[in-house]
Order: sequence, then structure tokens, then C-alpha cells
Amino acid sequence: MLALSIQNLQKKYQGGFQALSGVTFDVQEGDFFGLLGPNGAGKTTTIGIITSLVTKTGGKVRVFGIDIDDDFPAAKRLIGVVPQEANFSIFEKVQDIVTQQAGYYGIPRREALVRSEKYLKKLGLWEKRHVPAQQLSGGMKRRLMIARGLVHEPKLLILDEPTAGVDVEMRRGMWDFLVELNRQGRTIILTTHYLEEAEQLCNQIAIITRGEIVENTSKRELLRKLNKETFFFDTKNPVSAVMPLENTEFSFMDDGTLVVTKNKSQSMNRILAHLDQQGIVVDSMRNKANRLEELFMEMVE
Amino acid sequence: MMRSNWISFTSIARKEMIRIFRIWLQTLVPPVITISLYFIIFGSFIGSQLGDIDGYDYMAFIAPGLIMMSIITNSYANTVSSFFSTKFQRNIEELLVSPTPNWVMVLGYISGGMTRGLCVGMLVSLVSLLFIRLPLFNVPFTILFALLTSFVFSLAGLINGIFAKKFDDISVIPTFVITPLTYLGGVFYSISLLPDFWRTLSKANPVVYMIGGFRYGFLGITDINVWAGLGMLLLFSVVLFLITLYLLKKGTGVRC
Repeated sequence: MLALSIQNLQKKYQGGFQALSGVTFDVQEGDFFGLLGPNGAGKTTTIGIITSLVTKTGGKVRVFGIDIDDDFPAAKRLIGVVPQEANFSIFEKVQDIVTQQAGYYGIPRREALVRSEKYLKKLGLWEKRHVPAQQLSGGMKRRLMIARGLVHEPKLLILDEPTAGVDVEMRRGMWDFLVELNRQGRTIILTTHYLEEAEQLCNQIAIITRGEIVENTSKRELLRKLNKETFFFDTKNPVSAVMPLENTEFSFMDDGTLVVTKNKSQSMNRILAHLDQQGIVVDSMRNKANRLEELFMEMVE
Repeated sequence: MMRSNWISFTSIARKEMIRIFRIWLQTLVPPVITISLYFIIFGSFIGSQLGDIDGYDYMAFIAPGLIMMSIITNSYANTVSSFFSTKFQRNIEELLVSPTPNWVMVLGYISGGMTRGLCVGMLVSLVSLLFIRLPLFNVPFTILFALLTSFVFSLAGLINGIFAKKFDDISVIPTFVITPLTYLGGVFYSISLLPDFWRTLSKANPVVYMIGGFRYGFLGITDINVWAGLGMLLLFSVVLFLITLYLLKKGTGVRC
């Protein structure tokens, strides 16, 4: 079943800015779907329309088969949203924020208290439950918004740049939590401009730029399209020049690090042999952290 | 569905109550002090120099007006400031993404406005008892006028909050519209004492009917037709409620 179906979605803001020009994509139930794009590409507008914060000017949105034009409240019950920036009252206490949100979804208070405890504990915020939200750190505020987005146990969770500005350790923890949620059967849509994040988490990826989807496929397929790949070679001795080689570009990060960008057709054996001929000894080699970045740059430029 | 809406309503109402009592030094105390000063200065110091109005001494005459004034200003102030700060901090989005219908959202905020308006009204009534023995001529009228006036001004404050884009916008209407209408609405005088022109003009001021009807409930005297006042309040309640629903449906001030 389709968790989300978006067809020809349009948004023109009052000032005349066309934020979305016919966005179309589907998300299968159970997917971990990444919506990637540079800043201002239309990611947040798309999410805003799905969650009713932005009014569309054209197109169709269906959530688990429910057309938002026919029964938006029913569709909303199936969606949980974690926005990019904190949007809770900073004066309210952590648990109150979560239980109130449950109340807005019609969950009785007794049940809301049980669920808020469950999610605040899972996200490591239970000790802070009586603290006004303004006293939380940036990472805690984000986790609070995840707890709030989950309290009505939505089938589809949408996260808008959930790890922007979060430190590496916390980001890893958040990734593990999201993977676990997805394994339990929850469909997840994630917008991010950290391509490493999308590569780690998502099985389906769509790329949006200037209000249009320019790619929408599985991560595996997307990576298969990758024509170029970059590696860092740590060399035994300083290297200042390398003889040219077909289908390969060499550059230098520093004296002991050679940056090698190879076309798909070029073999790694050939490159290593080429360096060996010149007396360059490669101690170790690593892949550039996110391969998607190269593809992404190609598509959005 | 009704149960779900009821839970949504109580959640909003609970949040509003917590807010009112969390910041009680801003919400409950200042109006009580201000109105007490009115009692002391106008009622006691100046009022003692004046004769009776319709058989009541001046202090008793102004008491219902002062109570109503506090209900009006506090009902309005609560919804306008609460809704605007909800917009300002963007936590209105918590409600907008939920299935809560607009009418439930409106009633939730109104419950906050009415709670504060009526709480302050009660406190001011208690303060007035320090100065006078306030009779209660017609209890149903008194309660009905207090409830409906609070409802109408809570709605008006909510509409102001919907349109407001900056903090200045939430003080313009109270300063330039509500305060003059209230002060010229017969709190301190009977409009029957005014020259013809001003009396006729005053009858176009809706606050005159609210204060007049409320005073009738306490003292049994009035300078307006209380049934017309009641009808007008009912009409305002319905019209403002529908306007608020229309604005929220359109997304004015809350959705882009």
C-alpha cells in the first residue's frame, strides 16, 4: 500500500514565488524515504502541505489512500511530524508539551500520560519531564519534538532535517532510534541535506530542486548511477606530482593524502599499478564519506 | 468523534488555565489593583461628594460597571495575547497539524478568555464588597450578561490575535477602541444624564448595553432596554464566532 501519494503538487506563494511546480512521488508503506534537496528547494513546503501548515495551490495528496481534500482530519491522524525548528512553547513543561499534543489527537489524558512516559524514556528525556522546555539543550529540544510527533503513534512519521546542528554522537543515537522505528513497521520520510544521513538510513530517495523532483528511485539504483567516485589515498611518503592516467583525476589534499576521483570504467587495480610504477606506496585508502554528494551535485546544478 | 473533540477541547482549555495561573502576577493581580483604585478614588473620595443616582449611592452605581469593565478587558486581553504568543512561538502548529476542528480550537481559546475575564470579575466583585453591600436584583440576568459579554470579547480578542503580526498589533485595538468604548459606556455615569446628542450617540456604543444590562442584574435600574442588550449580545456572539471560523478556515494569519 502507498503510505503517501503526491501528484502534481503546486504551491505559489502570495508574493508570486512558485515554490513547487508539479511535484510527484509515492512512498510505499514501510519505506525509509529520503527527500533531498538544497536549501530553498521545496522540501519544507512539501511537508507543510502534507501536514496542513501550507495551503497547496494545485495537485493531490493522499495519505494511506485518504485524499486530504476529502478528509484531512482522518489523514492527519496517520501522520506525525517533527519540524526543522523548535515550535513548542518554551515556557511549558516537557511532559505537558507531549500530553497536550496527545490530547489534540483525542487521546484520553490517562493514556496520554502512559504514552508520554514511554516516549520520553525512550528518548532520554524522562528526567527532564518537569522542566520548562526553555531549559533543554538543542539536542534535547529535537528529541522532545520526536516524542511529541510519536505520541499519537502515527503510521507515517515525517522528519524535517532532524539532525541539523546536532553533534555526531547524538546524531548516531537518533539514527539508531529512527532505524528501530522503521523496523517496527513505521513509514518514515526524512528531509535532509546531509547526504551521508540519507545514504545511511534511506532505502528510497527523491531529489528535489527548484520545486521539482529530478530523481526518485531506490538508493541502490541511485548509487549505481554514480559515474564518479572519490577516494583518499594515504601515501607512505609525501607526493607532489602524479603522472596522468585516463579516466582518473588526481589532486592533493596535503603532502601525504592523494585525492583520486575515478570514473566507473576505471579499475582500482589499474590505478594502484599506475602509482606503484611511480614508486608511490599507498598505506591506506578510504572512500569519501558520502558518495551521494557527487551525484547530488551533478543533479542539482 | 464527539469524545475526541471533547478531549481536544479540554486539552486546549487546560493549557490556557495553566498559562493564566502560571503568570497570575500578570493576569489576575494588576486588574484587581487597578479596579480597587477606581473604587477608592471615584467611589470613595469623589463619590462621597456626589448625590445618589436612581436611588443608589455613587459607589453602588459604578460597582457593576467596574466589574463589567474588568470582564471586558481581561477576556479580550487573554485571548489576544495567548493566541498571538502561540503564533509567535509557532506552537499553534501543534494544533494545526492535529485533527482538532477549528470550532473546537476557537472554543478552547474562548474558555481561557472567559476563565480569566470571569475570575477577575469575581475578584473585583469581592473587592467591591469591602466598600459596599452590593444587592443582586436579578441573578439570571447578571450571570447571562457576564457570560455573554465575556464570550463576545474573548472572540474579539481571538480575531485580533489571528490578524496580529507583531506585538504592537495586539495593543492597538484595546487602546484605541475598547478603552474609549468602555469608559464612554456608562461605567461612571448614567447615559440618561447626558445631553440629547451625546445620549443618542452613546446608544450606538454596544458596551453601553452590556454595562446597562449587567447593572440591571445587580441594582434593578437601567438606562437601556435590557432585552435589546441581550439580543445584541447573542447576535454579536454568533456573528463573531462565524467570522472567527471563516478566518481560520481561510488560514488567515496561521497558514501560508
